[in-house]
Amino acid sequence: MEEAYDRGVIEDFGRWREFSAGMWAWVFHKFTGWVLVGYLFVHIPVLSTALVGAETYTATIQGLESLPIVRVLEVGLLAVAVFHIMNGTRLLFIDLGIGLERQKVSFYASLLITAIIAVASVPTFISGVF
Amino acid sequence: MSADDETTTDDDTGVPGPHADRLARKEASNEGRGSAASDADRETVRFRIYRYNPDDEDRASPRYDDFHIPFERGMTVLDGLIYARDEFDPSLTFRHSCRQAICGSDALFINGRQRLACKTQVTDLSRPIQVEPLPHLDVKKDLVVEMEHFYEQMHAVEPYFNPDDEPVTATTERRQSPANHEHIKMSTRCIWCASCHSSCNIAAGDDDYLGPAAINMAYRFAMDEREGDRREDERYEIIKSEQGVWRCQTQFSCTEVCPKEIPLTEHIQELKRESVKRNLKFW
Ligand code: SF4
Ligand code: FES
Repeated sequence: MEEAYDRGVIEDFGRWREFSAGMWAWVFHKFTGWVLVGYLFVHIPVLSTALVGAETYTATIQGLESLPIVRVLEVGLLAVAVFHIMNGTRLLFIDLGIGLERQKVSFYASLLITAIIAVASVPTFISGVF
Repeated sequence: MSADDETTTDDDTGVPGPHADRLARKEASNEGRGSAASDADRETVRFRIYRYNPDDEDRASPRYDDFHIPFERGMTVLDGLIYARDEFDPSLTFRHSCRQAICGSDALFINGRQRLACKTQVTDLSRPIQVEPLPHLDVKKDLVVEMEHFYEQMHAVEPYFNPDDEPVTATTERRQSPANHEHIKMSTRCIWCASCHSSCNIAAGDDDYLGPAAINMAYRFAMDEREGDRREDERYEIIKSEQGVWRCQTQFSCTEVCPKEIPLTEHIQELKRESVKRNLKFW
């Protein structure tokens, strides 16, 4: 039969519910990677205000840090970075052929460590703004 | 010869044949089949089956059909499909052959996962049981998918031996050490079912990628000590090429679904390391 039906990407997206641990690890790693790349593009302009002068830099940083939304985003950024580091380490071991049969456990461990660190950081990041 | 005779004797000798038992059982199970009276009080299982037929206007856009299949102990999903086809809708199309997880023709997407229908017990699944053709492959009809591309990838790794030398005499054996056999044992179990290929997001988005099954096939030969050196070099060229192992992003989905429990990701990772080693030069 020449005709064949391509079910297309829409159906593909619908299958996320069936993803297993390794697939989620991959999705999160991609996502956090792109967030970090995006963050760098914001990070560099902010740091660049130091080129104008010390006062401008201080004013920029203080201005940003006085916004509650920035504080909340910082917690998110930390979580994203920690997960990317933890899962990146997991992937390094996987590349070395170590612990492939425990890849689910190591993914869950990455998530757990990320959660603990993110939660623990909340008091520091939030203090004085709300 | 009447049907009755058939259940007790094999031919005209009147002696019970070797198949008498089996035929009797078949007869007994056929009796219940299809008769509304006995089906009415039997437990049924709802199958939601993907339907598509480009030649039929009615079914030219895909939909799901419900079938209520009488439950039997030990029933597999394939048994259910066969029942649905034989008793309710002869146009229901799917591939199957061996019914014992060895031919690899009935890999389907059952309750959200690639499985062999003949190896999947109905009792292990939540109901209704949803049966779809393998994701990421084009559908030809109902549960039948286009496998050509998958087979092409399998052949692309040139899955055959080519030792360096000719055997000394016609009867010379090429021995493999038990340790080497142990090393490649799992990789030889592939039944070309394409479950792994269908589960891989990279293979889905990139037709050039060899995919887990083909790479596993390359592994089976590359790791075999009987493979000739020249052939091995050629094979590694394919393995480490752009469409080879480096496309794998360790999603582990292939390893997860393989009905033969082949550690596919592990094999791919091993080939990655071997490929790197082959490119390292110290001079
Ligand atoms: S490796 Fe496993 S899932 Fe893939 S085709 Fe072979 S048997 Fe099927
Ligand atoms: S029918 Fe052969 S593998 Fe299922």
